[in-house]
Amino acid sequence: MGVEGIGARVARKEDKRFLMGQGRYTDDMSVPGMRYAAFVRSPHAHARIRSIDTSAAGDMPGVIAVLTGKEMLDDGIGNLICGWMIHSKDGSPMKMGAWRPIAHETVRYVGDAVAVVVADSMGEARDAAEAVLVDYEVLPAVTDAVRALEAGQPQLHPEAPGNLIFDWQLGDSDATDAAIAAAAHVTEIRIVNNRLAPNPMEPRAALGIYDSAEDHYTCYTTSQNPHVARLVMSAFYNVAPENKLRVIAPDVGGGFGSKIFIYPEEIVCLWASRRAGVPVKWTSDRTEAFLTDAHGRDHVSTVKMAFDADNRITALKVDTIANFGAYMSLFSSSVPTYLYATLLSGQYAIPAIHANVRAVYTNTAAVDAYRGAGRPEATYLLERTMETAARELGVSPAELRRINFIRAFPHQTPVIMNYDAGDYEASLEAAMAAADWNGFPARKAEAASRGMKRGIGMSCYIEACGIAPSAAVGSLGAGVGLWESAEVRVNAVGTIEVLTGSHSHGQGHETTFAQLVAERFGVPIDSVSIVHGDTDKVQMGMGTYGSRSGAVGMSAIVKALDKVEAKAKKIAAHLMEADESDIVIENGALKVAGTDKSVPWFQMALAAYTAHNLPSGMEPGLKEGAFYDPSNFTFPAGCYIAEVEVDPETGKTTIVQFVAADDFGNIINPMIVEGQVHGGIAQGIGQALLEGVHYDPETGQLLTASYMDYTMPRADDLPSFKVSHQVTPCPGNPLGIKGCGEAGAIGSPPALINAITDAIGNNDLTMPATPQKVWAAALAAGN
Amino acid sequence: MYATNYHRPSSIAEAVALQSSSDEAKYVSGGMTLIPTMKQRLAAPSDLVDLRHIAELKGISVNGSRVRIGAGTTHAEVSASPELAAACPAICHLATHIGDPHVRHMGTIGGSIANNDPAADYPSAMLALGATIVTNAREIPADDFFTGLFETALEDGEIVVAVTFDAPAKAGYSKFPNPASRYAMTGVFVAKAEGGGVRVAVTGAGANGVFRHAGLEAALSADWSADAAASVTVDAGDLLSDIHGSAEYRANLVKVMAKRAAAAA
Repeated sequence: MGVEGIGARVARKEDKRFLMGQGRYTDDMSVPGMRYAAFVRSPHAHARIRSIDTSAAGDMPGVIAVLTGKEMLDDGIGNLICGWMIHSKDGSPMKMGAWRPIAHETVRYVGDAVAVVVADSMGEARDAAEAVLVDYEVLPAVTDAVRALEAGQPQLHPEAPGNLIFDWQLGDSDATDAAIAAAAHVTEIRIVNNRLAPNPMEPRAALGIYDSAEDHYTCYTTSQNPHVARLVMSAFYNVAPENKLRVIAPDVGGGFGSKIFIYPEEIVCLWASRRAGVPVKWTSDRTEAFLTDAHGRDHVSTVKMAFDADNRITALKVDTIANFGAYMSLFSSSVPTYLYATLLSGQYAIPAIHANVRAVYTNTAAVDAYRGAGRPEATYLLERTMETAARELGVSPAELRRINFIRAFPHQTPVIMNYDAGDYEASLEAAMAAADWNGFPARKAEAASRGMKRGIGMSCYIEACGIAPSAAVGSLGAGVGLWESAEVRVNAVGTIEVLTGSHSHGQGHETTFAQLVAERFGVPIDSVSIVHGDTDKVQMGMGTYGSRSGAVGMSAIVKALDKVEAKAKKIAAHLMEADESDIVIENGALKVAGTDKSVPWFQMALAAYTAHNLPSGMEPGLKEGAFYDPSNFTFPAGCYIAEVEVDPETGKTTIVQFVAADDFGNIINPMIVEGQVHGGIAQGIGQALLEGVHYDPETGQLLTASYMDYTMPRADDLPSFKVSHQVTPCPGNPLGIKGCGEAGAIGSPPALINAITDAIGNNDLTMPATPQKVWAAALAAGN
Repeated sequence: MYATNYHRPSSIAEAVALQSSSDEAKYVSGGMTLIPTMKQRLAAPSDLVDLRHIAELKGISVNGSRVRIGAGTTHAEVSASPELAAACPAICHLATHIGDPHVRHMGTIGGSIANNDPAADYPSAMLALGATIVTNAREIPADDFFTGLFETALEDGEIVVAVTFDAPAKAGYSKFPNPASRYAMTGVFVAKAEGGGVRVAVTGAGANGVFRHAGLEAALSADWSADAAASVTVDAGDLLSDIHGSAEYRANLVKVMAKRAAAAA
């Protein structure tokens, strides 16, 4: 490892502009003639639109256009779609209701767009939006997915009778039932995974620019995957053909999954720009974000886990109801199916698993991938069940996990996944040592002397990242391939640009990707620039989500670097009249091994471009591209241990210790990886203790529409984390990387709830474990 | 935010004249509630009359046992006042735990009590200390000042000039913050006057705003101790219930915070 190569704690190159307030986000973009959009949004969770009167709004000062769903339909703009086909167990395809970018005839959640105003200023646009008169016939609403499946409930979409989108299964039902019937012990538990609002620091924004002279569109947008946005807007929404649509995702201030999806607003800004003849910008405010960003989680499950007399798991049966909200968001259907049920084996050898998942429409915001996407739901369910089983069986939680760990690889689970490598015992041991697990009874006694209830809980998680071989995901219903592209351009002076289809919105790609090049060619990372987020610069890419930029995005860069290296060596060998196989690259020079002959990197690059003296038949220049399609998922895994103190008088939980022991395979920049783990754990603590989206069950009004009521984790809610890494390199990609972006949010919630329920002696506790809930649970347990 | 006209008077008389010149004018002090409410388009005053530059509203003084805090005094100033730390440290403690540093350097005691947010901290102190609210027109006992959720005895155009109270023999404040907003989910201010009278006021928990709790006052009068507070039954009947805390939970918090406030006094 060099000082800037793989494994070095290099400070993030991008932080200078972020810390100096010089980032360039979508809302920072300004173009001549630009105007502002404000949306008229439904105040009702479910209503029929009788009429819309835009005349008063149209006469307001500064107003350029007031547009409705009718005009959008007339212009042939298509429905928003879900891009992953799921079939129910009866073979029927999922029942997708129509999602108009601007609602036409019916609104289905509070915040559904009804009209858009374009005006000279944001204030004038908002004033006019308030003057749009919409006559609604209010209909009954349902927000709870379990209730929405019952007879007699409000029906959202004619395409989906009973509000049921699909009734899907995975695994062997008969074998699972038989194993449960024959079990020595069965643990049963109901698991609720609370709905979360993603809350990236930068709210969503879009700027649509239509150039009538060229009949060309440009869209600046807060996207994690601008190429997918262009593809979907072209192929499905009929906004513009791909060659006439440029999508740019500049600096993006966090996504956590919520900026993967194509939302109505960017389509509307593009369309409105052509309609109104001016560039149109929209920026969400925070309450709009709470109302309209795709939420995460919202599962209700029943679980049966069967054990034999030796406490080995013999079967797992899961029945899950997943709330999808009012419309099917872009990847919503993949989350509670192939990103969830496929991980239900966890770190354990389980012979039989069966999962049934019902996806349900409700009068709430759409639900889609949020940091972890399905894997946190699987991990929470499994690790709460394991802890419950350990208590019922009278076995220590660590022992029950050890008995059931998978220890030989590759391991084929009964739910599709083939785990390639791992050492779960190593992470468990590292975590228990860091947590001083054996010293816990003494700490508990000391806390009791202060009137505090101390508890400890663990969670052994596994997740699947680097999703995945394109052919495999295609066979499972994905509408896209999940490869990545890279292009490495060596300039004539030897500096290097790496064009990547990955997108950085906080991950630090400008640093880690440059480290990869520094490692390979011995050039300083300052001479390497990372280019991403613009469909006119990078030809095609699949973007960043699912912790895929390392395992997939960097693997594509490696493939391109291989090609650059091969050509560079040919040129150097020719210049030094040596054999190509004798050329080595060290410290920014190409050398003939075992001699003092060398050519500096820049001189080789210059030779490639002057083309005065190249090997016979070689094309000038030094630029190579590659596409990388992974051969398998990657499987990061680890063990998290939380230790808490509960104040029994108030129910307030204080996290006194949090240990994370992760196996992410090989690591490029440990500092950035630790940052990812810290952020992920903070979000996991948010889910476990603080965050929860609440709708009024009768009216469907969002009760947590601002930070006055939605509890984001803050610095004083969090302890200092003890983080360590165990490394089993991933055999499936050239760098041995597994991915680290989501683990913190996946592994932490069950560890925390296991710790709190241990402290209060009551296993009946749902997330978020607010002081009120913990107080009531402790009281119910007689504590 | 809707457009508004901003005024910066330098005297109370000028402020009153400006306010009365428009039906839709509002006084603004720190603006810690009003400005966010305007940004959300939930309030639309035609005119904002800024009270932060009026010398008559400034200053903290302690004469003998009588404490006077000018309405325009920020929470940070109360928090850091050596005079108040000597006369009534509980009110410094209270001010130290309002909002965050930004709020404490902008928000004022006059603004807080005039707004009478049911989860604000200061109203409980005013009630428990038996304070007098001095306005440009009259003096109003705290018992008569806080009349309901965001409601006070202030007439239209009336300005809070200062609050005054006798330094207590002892006093304490304990609050349990709402996890999201960090306002008081329940806050209890306990005070024992030099003459021996005990007053206990509760904020954050009441369905009708800040209130005194007779049971806690009786218990602490008989025996100023955490145990005495803990022995009191708090009726959940008149308490708030919302997504953050049921009335039963708040009833428990009233007792626990009273205990802690008494112990801290």
